[in-house]
Amino acid sequence: MAGSGELTAGAVALQRFGLGPKPGQGEVFRAQIREKLLAEIAAGGVAQPAGVPFSGTVEIGKALFAFEDQEKREREARRIASATHAQASQQGSPQAMEMVGAAPQAQPAGPQNQMAPAKPPNEPALPYRTYRDEVKSRVDLALAAETGFSERLVMFWSNHFCIGATKSTIGRIMAGAYEREAIRPHVFGRFEDMLIAAESHPAMLDFLDNRQSIGPNSPAGRRQGRGLNENLAREIMELHTLGVSGGYSQGDVTNLARILTGWTMAGRDGRLGFPGSFIFNPGQHEPGVTPLLGRDYAQPDLAQGVAALTDLARQPATAHFIATKLVRHFVADDPTPPLVEALAATFRDSGGDLGAVYRALIGNDAAWMAPATKIRSPQEFMLASYRALGRKPDFGQIIGPVGVMGQPFWQPSGPNGYADSNAAWGSAEGLKTRVDVAAGWGRQAAGSVADPRVLADDILGPLLSPETKQAVARAESKPQAIALLLMSPEFQRR
Amino acid sequence: MMAPHDDDDCERMTPSRRAVLGAAGALFAWSFVPKFAYAAAGARDPRFVLVILRGALDGLSAVPPIGDPDYAGLREGIALAKDGPDAALSLDGFFYLHPAMPNLARLYKQGQATIVHAAATGYRERSHFDGQDVLESGQPGTGHTQSGWLNRLLASLPAGEGVSRKGVLGVGVVPPLVVRGDAPVLGWAPPRMARAGSDLTMRLADLYGQRDPALARALAEAIETEGVAQRRGMAGEQKGGGGPDTADGMRRIAEGAAGLVGADDGPRIAALAFEGWDTHANEGGAKGRLANLLGGLDGAFAAFEQGLAPVWKDTVVMVATEFGRTAAVNGTVGTDHGTGTVAFLVGGGVKGGRVVADWPGLKPEQLYQNRDLKPTTDIRAVAKGVVSELFGLSGPVLAEKVFPETGGLRPVQGLVV
Repeated sequence: MAGSGELTAGAVALQRFGLGPKPGQGEVFRAQIREKLLAEIAAGGVAQPAGVPFSGTVEIGKALFAFEDQEKREREARRIASATHAQASQQGSPQAMEMVGAAPQAQPAGPQNQMAPAKPPNEPALPYRTYRDEVKSRVDLALAAETGFSERLVMFWSNHFCIGATKSTIGRIMAGAYEREAIRPHVFGRFEDMLIAAESHPAMLDFLDNRQSIGPNSPAGRRQGRGLNENLAREIMELHTLGVSGGYSQGDVTNLARILTGWTMAGRDGRLGFPGSFIFNPGQHEPGVTPLLGRDYAQPDLAQGVAALTDLARQPATAHFIATKLVRHFVADDPTPPLVEALAATFRDSGGDLGAVYRALIGNDAAWMAPATKIRSPQEFMLASYRALGRKPDFGQIIGPVGVMGQPFWQPSGPNGYADSNAAWGSAEGLKTRVDVAAGWGRQAAGSVADPRVLADDILGPLLSPETKQAVARAESKPQAIALLLMSPEFQRR
Repeated sequence: MMAPHDDDDCERMTPSRRAVLGAAGALFAWSFVPKFAYAAAGARDPRFVLVILRGALDGLSAVPPIGDPDYAGLREGIALAKDGPDAALSLDGFFYLHPAMPNLARLYKQGQATIVHAAATGYRERSHFDGQDVLESGQPGTGHTQSGWLNRLLASLPAGEGVSRKGVLGVGVVPPLVVRGDAPVLGWAPPRMARAGSDLTMRLADLYGQRDPALARALAEAIETEGVAQRRGMAGEQKGGGGPDTADGMRRIAEGAAGLVGADDGPRIAALAFEGWDTHANEGGAKGRLANLLGGLDGAFAAFEQGLAPVWKDTVVMVATEFGRTAAVNGTVGTDHGTGTVAFLVGGGVKGGRVVADWPGLKPEQLYQNRDLKPTTDIRAVAKGVVSELFGLSGPVLAEKVFPETGGLRPVQGLVV
């Protein structure tokens, strides 16, 4: 039998390391959470979302290029139709290709075109449709997960190696596939494998512009007079591995950009590989030996970049940077040095074995006993709320709330990802927006939650304060009682 | 509804809720200090809005030095021209303005806009996030993110005066670092969904008051701002629309901020951020990606001018970005992270119609590290000059509290009417 102190720690841990309990889970899980978390690490794999529209980037590339060709043909047909039949031009819309970042809109009813696919009215275009289905599948997975620990790790790494769904059509259509292909397979694996998978994914190469970066002395560089784009190289060192104070120079940034030239995406012609897939294009690669952080990289072609990334993954600064971010995410905004050092040492000693690093976190009492100060991120809040309420949201009920709260899926405002601090999520306006969102959820769930007082006991257990218990009991309505539960300090903080 | 026996509890709820309203009022109690202390200062009732452009604005495209013989050669594919279709707008025959910014050109001609060129903070690396932290924290280096310089500015003003009693407004669901700190922060974002009822909000304020001081304070501040917005008739406005990296989003954010800052009982100081300025590839020239963003910023200037019309003569809108971009175009018809760039001062309170620049030139040896526009004016000196004239802060306070360790950095004089 677990004592009351352990049960409280278990209740915090359910929220701190997981996505919060579902109805009926709390009592059992609070006593067993540490064993369950360690079992997830031992299992060593992350589930993949079911029901996604495309299995991978190769299929997506094919579909995307077909879609773009179709759009082009339709635009051309409209142009010809409007030139020959003045009255027909009123139906055409020039906006078809401007939907990358926009909410879905009804497709224009274009002139008859026998190539046009059968598409129901009000259905968004392929890139947004794909994004929608990917978001829905990954949320379904997080709601179904037992503790949610693995899904939290997916969210952490997806944010660490973030891409943006609004930069381009490729980003929009590949955002979900990127997480499935580059992040999920490596969450319990080795850091360097995830690093290489992320930096070589077409979505990343598009997001941070490496697709077009060309070695000035490569055949393509000499022919076209184009050159380097150092965006990806800088963010790899600043955001993905060493950290901004990790000891690299502007020269290192430029040299890593040289090393990574040729890492690109196969075009629609399929000349170098399946359209839409990652390829190494030797014709764009800067030839020769290139130094980085005091070492010379003389490997040919792709091997040069792989060697450089592998070495970056093994730098002590990388171990420290990753350990700091993990502790900040799971435990406290201001990570305590001993806990960070314990994780960093495990990272270094294990060669970046992420399962070992998580075991060092879960096995350390400091990670359990820290007070629950961190405010759940909007995505965590959304997932924890729907889990607690036992609801299966549709896409609009997912994307609407996280959008207004400032954390839509795969759309951070920059390559540093979403913030991970109370200063960001606990602001006045942010909190007020949460109240609005919780009020909506209270109205939605009022029919299915039998008694909010029972639910509060079930979900929060020993964390439920007398004040929150009383506020829920005295609410003027069931929707209000549910909103008060979701907005209570003990539900908001973990 | 809950079970009937709760009705009794509902009745007893009332005094406690009153108590919370009292507590929320107490937080802002000093906002009812009479105005005479402020009036005695005899100055204007100034407004200051800081617009942060996240991603590093290319100052050489926003305000191209077309008169510099080296400009066009560095910028093949994106250079602007002084004549032809889509010609840049002339400022002084050396500096021009991007053609997507006709409002700014007009304000400049009316003497209500000043452009500061070859400017930067003290930060000399090229990380966006550190660069923004330095710009917003007002600290000499990285690693200080506890508070922002606008918050410390407010905290340095005498309590109870017209400016300090209103708090500082941070626009957005996530407020920018520059407004964070000990002084009261008001939050506002363009409304995108139905607001919760005030009864739920008050009950939460009650609960937080008993259990969680930090959440209680944040909610009290949100309630205060919502009150100002409602009194300004901003409650029922259009929902949805683009984000802070679209022209539509920038205009709506500017309209909202102007509505609050222009209110008699609203904040006098605000900060907001527009995004999307990191133009590594296909930046565009007179048309294209950067042009669209600059057009959005130009629309925001018009929205500020309109929304703040009654107080425009006492208003300064300052636009700043974390650093500039490379002088030369990169391999992908864009520009990489650089150093020197532009800042804008716009408003009826600006002594405008000028480009303030100690122009370093664009020859390779004149560039910073042979690569970037060399910064010759410190943005902090500009900010110090503006806020010292607007709010009457002394040099030592500015150099120690607001912008620490800038005793050797003289405020730029004569920027304000």
